[in-house]
Amino acid sequence: MEFFKIKRNIPFMSYGRYTTTISLATFILAVFFIATKGLNFGVDFTGGTVMEVHYAEAADLNNVRKQLSDMGLQDALVQNFGSSHDVLLQVSLKQNTVGANLSELILSKLQEQDASVEMRRVDFVGPQVGKELVENGALALLLVSIGISCYLWLRFEWKFGLAAIIANLHDVVIIIGFFAFFQWDFSLTVLAALLAVLGYSVNESVVVFDRIRENFRKMRKTEVAEIIDNAITRTMSRTIITHLSTQMMVTAMLFLGGETLHYFALALTIGILFSIYSSVLVASPLLLLMGVSREDFIKTEKVTEEVLP
Amino acid sequence: MNRYPLWKYLLVLFVVISGLVYTLPNFYGESPAVQVLPIRANLKADDALLQRVDAALKAANLNVEGGMLDPSSVKVRFENTDIQLKAKDILQAKLGDDYMVALNLQSRSPQWLTAIHARPMYLGLDLRGGVHFLLQIDMQGALDKALEAASGDMRSALREESIAYSGVNRDGRLVTIKFRDAETRSKGVAELKQRFGGLDFNDKDEGNEILLRATLKPVEEKRIQDFAVQQNLVTLRNRINELGVAEPVIQQQGLDRIVVQLPGVLDTAHAKDILGRTATLEVRLVDDERQFSEGSSPPFGTEIFKDRDGSILLVKKNVLLTGERINDAQAGFDSTNNEPAVHINLDSAGTRKFKEATRENVGKRMAIVLFEKGKGEVITAPVIREEIGGGRVQISGQMNTKEANDISLLLRAGALAAPMEIIEERTVGPSLGADNIDRGFRSTQIGFVAIAIFMIAYYLLFGAVSVLALAANLLLLVALLSMLQATLTLPGMAGIALTLGMAIDANVLINERIREELRNGNSPQASIHAGYEQAFRTILDSNITTLIAGLALFMFGSGAVRGFAVVLCLGILTSMFSAMMISRALVNLMYGRKLRLTKISIG
Repeated sequence: MEFFKIKRNIPFMSYGRYTTTISLATFILAVFFIATKGLNFGVDFTGGTVMEVHYAEAADLNNVRKQLSDMGLQDALVQNFGSSHDVLLQVSLKQNTVGANLSELILSKLQEQDASVEMRRVDFVGPQVGKELVENGALALLLVSIGISCYLWLRFEWKFGLAAIIANLHDVVIIIGFFAFFQWDFSLTVLAALLAVLGYSVNESVVVFDRIRENFRKMRKTEVAEIIDNAITRTMSRTIITHLSTQMMVTAMLFLGGETLHYFALALTIGILFSIYSSVLVASPLLLLMGVSREDFIKTEKVTEEVLP
Repeated sequence: MNRYPLWKYLLVLFVVISGLVYTLPNFYGESPAVQVLPIRANLKADDALLQRVDAALKAANLNVEGGMLDPSSVKVRFENTDIQLKAKDILQAKLGDDYMVALNLQSRSPQWLTAIHARPMYLGLDLRGGVHFLLQIDMQGALDKALEAASGDMRSALREESIAYSGVNRDGRLVTIKFRDAETRSKGVAELKQRFGGLDFNDKDEGNEILLRATLKPVEEKRIQDFAVQQNLVTLRNRINELGVAEPVIQQQGLDRIVVQLPGVLDTAHAKDILGRTATLEVRLVDDERQFSEGSSPPFGTEIFKDRDGSILLVKKNVLLTGERINDAQAGFDSTNNEPAVHINLDSAGTRKFKEATRENVGKRMAIVLFEKGKGEVITAPVIREEIGGGRVQISGQMNTKEANDISLLLRAGALAAPMEIIEERTVGPSLGADNIDRGFRSTQIGFVAIAIFMIAYYLLFGAVSVLALAANLLLLVALLSMLQATLTLPGMAGIALTLGMAIDANVLINERIREELRNGNSPQASIHAGYEQAFRTILDSNITTLIAGLALFMFGSGAVRGFAVVLCLGILTSMFSAMMISRALVNLMYGRKLRLTKISIG
């Protein structure tokens, strides 16, 4: 079986102007949503208490809400979670005056009404912890960006490092944009997924770049744009197959992994889709724009050529 | 050209077999178990104890799956948790307070696997159920307290040397001592400097007041903080021992934090109660001489505390003894009248101080004050009957057995050197933990099967080789995680799935390269060779960038995310090995010997 029997180079670079415009537009849109709607930060970052409780019978949410407001927690978020038997409670730090003991108080209150209530999970995060997690997350993102750029700089050339990191941060921003637009729960695991996407999608750019470098060595007489087109066309098949395989795994997680892994897998899905796009249609045009040339790679080879009689 | 030397085949074989062996314990699973640990130093976990445990369980007609002895404890496995819980109660009743009986999980794998340290993966709390706490130590409080104690000592030092002073006051991190004239001050400074090495002293005159200022030296501050963390760690360990949890984790994190992880603890309220009891103990004198009325401010040098019944006591500010001086406390009975009593053992410095204090104050009352979150409560205020030397103290009267137990636990667990607060809690019930394992396992399984079908359909025989390499990758990853006993969390399981999804990339790169070489008209043998060689550099580059992301996650991630990072990093290593070595070995084995190879099965 073979999906891609492409004989001629697809002129990706001639679309460069359109594709970079499109990605610039999506990027600006993502930034716009992040700025206006903001992220729906989970308890990991904002601090607060999240409880997951399980009822033997289908839970009466209104009753649960009433019990909580009796305790003075009017603004607590109460919703079903997975099934009608499971209830998710969320209390912000602002309302919580007793700290870590809140979950016990709530549980005993709920048990007064229905003894079958079972505690499945409690997350309590104090204010200082949340703040640190945000700081550490940002720091990790920065460190990964710098680390990857430096590696690509050493391994290829500074233009490659810069192009790759711009393209892939663009992916990360777009994922965050999605989370802002749909107000999905942005938790610590989602942050982990973002960093994984960064690593993974750079991976994608590296494969293309590797080909570009190889082509510069092999195809001496060819135009730079054509060299890039050829590199992308020839790695196309691999790109699609790899992402398809990875996406199979991620899809399994998306539907079977339960609530914790759902948003993790969702972030990865968006990341995978956009990393195909960005490494082909953002990183490479950027490379062209920055004026990558054969001389960036084969200076030393040229010298040896001149020495020959 | 596609032949491996024998040692390479052997290496691959060796790695895969060790992978299999170390993965094996995960298939045997774990049984509910009860662990019996001797608490006292003179008791040992030996065959005699094992026999006692066996006999006790046999007498109660409980089915035992197996029992074993390790250097520090006896472990017994059971079929299900019902029997386990029953057994725990029976053993605790039979063995008494000298042994800790804790619930545990015990690997069901055979002895020879355990002997080579092949253990199942170490499951994180989100998979096995349990509580995770992050506690923050109030260092400001610790420093304040140290300085408060120092000002008390300064008073007595000046008094001992008959150096006249008119006041010692602490204001925040600064102690001001007032003298009558400069001459006594210089005498005082000389004396204090000699006794308090950890303090800096500075002369300071304000108007016509002659003052001496004392502050903590930075070195001393550091020492106090380190000590506070150590003391709190020890205290927490003691307290958690009382909870009877198997394999608790109690670790320092950062400068002023402590992580506590209690696997399998269901009663979080009780656990929090014991941990959150940020109590400090002080022994002070009750001022019964001066009169005061409720609501009015207490006389100078005293404070008002309530006792446990709610009545009010006037207690002197001067601290005779702090909880750090208490070595041991036991509930028991008074030998003369058989009333419940608490027996306390003091350390040598405490003994000396206590002897002095009781000699000077016979007939007066002594209050043991428990401070929780800045609020003091008098636990008990017994009358001092006589001078108490030798460091053995008995408190009795007006308490029942339970109260005696409570008080002794509070005293024994020792006072925390500095107050602590829970700043993070993550509790996962055991049923959710089991669900999480199930979900993680199922999604990996289905994802894997989907990839396998696709790869074989697309690349035929080479696809099958890739799938085998991928399976070997999974095997090695699980083996590595088991060997290192790295904590596997739910995001970690997601990491395994993701690693597999990403590892296929290397195989795809290789297979596509071989196809391309074939298309360019190269011979099959040359194509295979070039495919692997050419793909190698790309695989290396692309994996290293992912490794950078994984390392950063490991450095900055906490808890469950760190588990993800560990799996990601290890997964990159195993996937590089399996794509480069294992799949190559398989292909070499299949095609390498055929000299006139005209067609290969790559779709």
